[in-house]
Amino acid sequence: MHSSLIAWIMRAIPFGTIIMYGALGETVTEKSGNLNLGVPGIMYLGGFAGFASAYYYENTAANPNGLVSILIALSCAILASMAGGLIYAFLTISLRANQNVTGLALTTFGMGVANFFGVFILNGASYSAAPIANKAFAAKLPVLSGLGTVGQTVFSYGFLVYAAIVLAVVLHWFLTRTRAGLNLRAVGENPATADAAGINVTRYKYLATCIGAGICGIGGLYYVLDYNQGIWATTGQIEALGWLAVALVIFTTWKPLNAIWGAYLFGMLYWLYQFLPTLLGITLASYMTDLVQMVPYVVTILVLIVVSMRKKKENQPPEHLGLPYFREER
Amino acid sequence: MSQSITAAHAPLLRIARREGATLPQKIAVRAGAILLALVVDALFIFFVTGLNPLAVYGVMWGGTFGTSVRFSWMLRDLSILLCVGIALAPAFKMRFWNCGGEGQILIGGLAAALIMVYQGNNLPAPALFAAMALGSIAAGALWGFVPAWFKSRWGTNETLFTLMMNYVATSIVACMTNIMRGQASSLGTLNKATKAGWFPIVLGQRYTINIIVVIVLTFLMYAYLKYSKQGYEISVVGESQNTARYAGINVRKVTIRTMLISGAVCGLCGFLIVAGKDQTISTTSAGGRGFTAIIVAWLAKFNTFYMALISFLLVFLERGASEIASAYSLNEYAADIITGVILFFILGSEFFINYRVILRGANKEGK
Amino acid sequence: MAQTEYAVQLNHVTKTFGPVVANRDVSLGVRSGEILALLGENGSGKTTLMNMIAGIYFPDEGEILVGGKEVTIRSPKDALELGIGMIHQHFKLVDVFTATENIALSMGHEEKFDLKRVHDRARAICEKYQFALDLDQKVYEMSVSQKQTLEIVKVLYRGADILILDEPTAVLTPQETERLFTVIRNMKADGKAVIIITHKLHEVLAISDRVAILRKGEYVGDIATADATEESLTEMMVGEKVELNIDRPAPVNPVKRLDIQHLSVRSPEGVTVLDDATFQVYGGEILGIAGISGNGQKELLEAIAGLQPVEPGTSIQFFSPDVVDPVQLVGKSPKAICEAGIHLSFVPEDRLGMGLVGSMGMTDNMMLKSYGKGHSPLVDRKAPHDLAATIKEELGVVTPDLNTPVSRLSGGNVQKVLVGRELAADPIVLMTAYAVRGLDINTSYTIYRLLNEQKKNGVAVLYVGEDLDVLLELCDRILVLCGGRVNGILDGRTATKEEVGLRMTQLIKEEQA
Repeated sequence: MHSSLIAWIMRAIPFGTIIMYGALGETVTEKSGNLNLGVPGIMYLGGFAGFASAYYYENTAANPNGLVSILIALSCAILASMAGGLIYAFLTISLRANQNVTGLALTTFGMGVANFFGVFILNGASYSAAPIANKAFAAKLPVLSGLGTVGQTVFSYGFLVYAAIVLAVVLHWFLTRTRAGLNLRAVGENPATADAAGINVTRYKYLATCIGAGICGIGGLYYVLDYNQGIWATTGQIEALGWLAVALVIFTTWKPLNAIWGAYLFGMLYWLYQFLPTLLGITLASYMTDLVQMVPYVVTILVLIVVSMRKKKENQPPEHLGLPYFREER
Repeated sequence: MSQSITAAHAPLLRIARREGATLPQKIAVRAGAILLALVVDALFIFFVTGLNPLAVYGVMWGGTFGTSVRFSWMLRDLSILLCVGIALAPAFKMRFWNCGGEGQILIGGLAAALIMVYQGNNLPAPALFAAMALGSIAAGALWGFVPAWFKSRWGTNETLFTLMMNYVATSIVACMTNIMRGQASSLGTLNKATKAGWFPIVLGQRYTINIIVVIVLTFLMYAYLKYSKQGYEISVVGESQNTARYAGINVRKVTIRTMLISGAVCGLCGFLIVAGKDQTISTTSAGGRGFTAIIVAWLAKFNTFYMALISFLLVFLERGASEIASAYSLNEYAADIITGVILFFILGSEFFINYRVILRGANKEGK
Repeated sequence: MAQTEYAVQLNHVTKTFGPVVANRDVSLGVRSGEILALLGENGSGKTTLMNMIAGIYFPDEGEILVGGKEVTIRSPKDALELGIGMIHQHFKLVDVFTATENIALSMGHEEKFDLKRVHDRARAICEKYQFALDLDQKVYEMSVSQKQTLEIVKVLYRGADILILDEPTAVLTPQETERLFTVIRNMKADGKAVIIITHKLHEVLAISDRVAILRKGEYVGDIATADATEESLTEMMVGEKVELNIDRPAPVNPVKRLDIQHLSVRSPEGVTVLDDATFQVYGGEILGIAGISGNGQKELLEAIAGLQPVEPGTSIQFFSPDVVDPVQLVGKSPKAICEAGIHLSFVPEDRLGMGLVGSMGMTDNMMLKSYGKGHSPLVDRKAPHDLAATIKEELGVVTPDLNTPVSRLSGGNVQKVLVGRELAADPIVLMTAYAVRGLDINTSYTIYRLLNEQKKNGVAVLYVGEDLDVLLELCDRILVLCGGRVNGILDGRTATKEEVGLRMTQLIKEEQA
């Protein structure tokens, strides 16, 4: 029982990391008042660009090196997802297109791009792999991961797991302690006020959307090159993860620090179906495991309801979320 | 004198609201957007594949209109997508972001499939169809009701709520198909031997009933939104809840009623998919139409006839892309890219209908 | 004229919104150490003009000079950097931020970001001017006057040399107003240029050095305050010497229509906004309701219309001409009130946000309250269309088409559409709130005439107004609200402006009339 709990945690943390990136990126975006429903598409773009660049590097370089592979994959993933964010930003901010509809179109587009070009890499096979990149991304912390059970549960993951936690803390600091963070929050809460205070609303929205998209993209990269063991295959898995990331943003009530434990909790809930029966010493019918998979979504709905019932100002979405801003509108 | 000074110091570009663009202007802008998108797509096709874009578009055209079978597939897909768009229109007109079409379709389809499997041999055909239709409508309506109730009671964010409901529905469908299939690896076609609960072939066409139902719905929903009192209420609530309250409209009631309708039509669409198209149910039965239809409904400004046009455009691209996939050994994901690009252009083009961009130094008295 | 004297100066500025000209060829300036009052009726373009200095709007034509040099103000940021601070009528504050965070938002980039330092500096400012402001309080927990104080602290913190205040006293008590004026005088003594927008004449006379007057978007001229009187200012403001000569026929055979007892309303935040109001409304008379904005007027009308939940113990009885027994309105929905044959017509404060649907044309707006009549599931557009045509004709509504969205019409035309519809519903009780706000004199008089016609027909009219002169000339009785309480009901024919003004600002202990 003890060992299966550890196994459960060890599944939950990597899973949580994927959506933590998605949620952190989307939090940054939503803090600027942009509700980007293109997260799944952006994660596809990031995951694919990261994989494709690593794959290309491994198969062309004479002597592929893990560190170089990491740098290439990471920068390609971030650039590709930022490009996705830029499309969204241009349409919704400059051309004032509806945010929800644009986000959904971006999801379609991102999935299409990733899978379309992915098929070229697959070249008929059902999957293709980038083992060197995978090895580099999934390398455990030396020494620490050998420290018994604790070492195993806490330190046996790739570096992106820890980077996500650091990122969450940094974002928390950024949003609460810096001028730019304060300005960004003001833009999402009340752009007219931010504007009158001399803050360049458009620039903040653009930057937050693109940087947020870049962070989301790392989630896709982590999924492909670490979580999925460096294997690219045509699946719908990333889409589901993207929506889960959107759900996590709500769950955290737009606070990056909550994303750390929230993401792991979601990971635990997601793998509940596999480990709960063992822990309880029962066998679940396979159809029950299908049903248990809805738990993270149901929990999110419950959070959504509770937050709306309590109406605590601090837990509400940014006030101007989803709305366009035009200074001369009257 | 002062005028010349001003002109030199104005920002390079200024944006002003355009009041009431005329219909030809609107059509021109949108047509221009689609044309531009096709050019971008053509460049994409050329640079990625080296194929002649015109030939590719030609193949796509053939994929949709080439043979009567293909044409009927196009109509089949068109009718389903349009049906979801029709379902979402009243909700969106009320500014209720129903992103849960996917789940409402699935749950409706599941209800139809369950009745089909477990009552297929007990009920006579008309009763069976009636039971399936009612079951799926009720299931879809329930799925629409839940977020609507919470929205009307506590203002719970419906965009995110309905999005989550999709996955709850997916889980339930996964669970039920798991039970139904027993030991088999997949559910397969339902009632293969008896064909109970399958729509009959009418006029030599498998999808005739689906098409007829959707045509009827197109007219009904158009009339409902435009000419009925309930449709008028929906417009008022969508524009301003304060105004609605002031006019004596019960906003909560209208919200719930509208979402019941929206969910019900989605559920009915699930029934059409199960009985008239797939003859089975799976977690992918809705196939993203719940999301695509949002775009359809939004771009058409909730006019069901415009929706038919936009659905046609999207289905044409989808069918055409699967045709290039086989003709040039590409893959059908090209459709998602082409569709995405066209949607971006159409979404962006709305700006040029609602706003004017004024260049520095341009004549100030444009109007 | 020595132009360089001016701290900020506008030259030949024009601004249009679509077909509406907000400002036409306006030139004016303010000197350092001077308080300029910008006076004009509602809708005369004062706020638009100031917004161009503050960078919210960009002028279509003309130039802006700061310190004698021509400048381009493309955004509020540019304005702030030029030392221009504006306190908007609708506060520019972030609700979920604390006072300190709000102040930090607008601080200059040359200053290091340190919330603690901001807090300390802001506290010093508060102490200097004796502001009672909790700098750690969230804005959504603040009262209106606290929010305004915060806005002033923000501008002072930023060290602006040119201050623009847009109707700062609209929401203040007299004591708060006096304190604000002290602050403004201190700023003047500091050598700052101050522009204050207002339409209250006594305030203009009390605070300003010079008055500039706008009329219908055009600059009329300026006058040293020392040389001005209320009469001369009014004359400049309205263009000709107008005797406020509103017709006031004596009420004929007044019949009780509404008997309101112990009406109390609490806001969603739990604040009592109407406290135990008791009064009667009679057919054939106009009952004016006076009070400083936000003292329960809105809630009073909404409670009668069934739009506002009331506290237990409230009774609102309606005496219909057709039914012998009075009908209790409390607990009835707006719709039920209509269906029971009770006609309450209500022109709410926020015309486009509430009384009308902006995206619909006149025809569809006509049926907003009547669409439910009859048993057909379909709407009848014939009658509303005819009604719209009649109203357009009779009230002279300027619209290209009956289906043109009303949001595209000018304020006066929107108001005509709304009032026209309400009158056409043959009300027994007609409630209006700020019915003439933003209208020109002629349209205002049309509205007064229409209300008087209703009165002659035996309708009970409730008139919530902000202009005391109008209230005193139009209304038969004037109910004064202060802090949500009925602070006396006066006879419109004998009451004086001073009496009403006094009751608006301080509670009077006495037996109610």
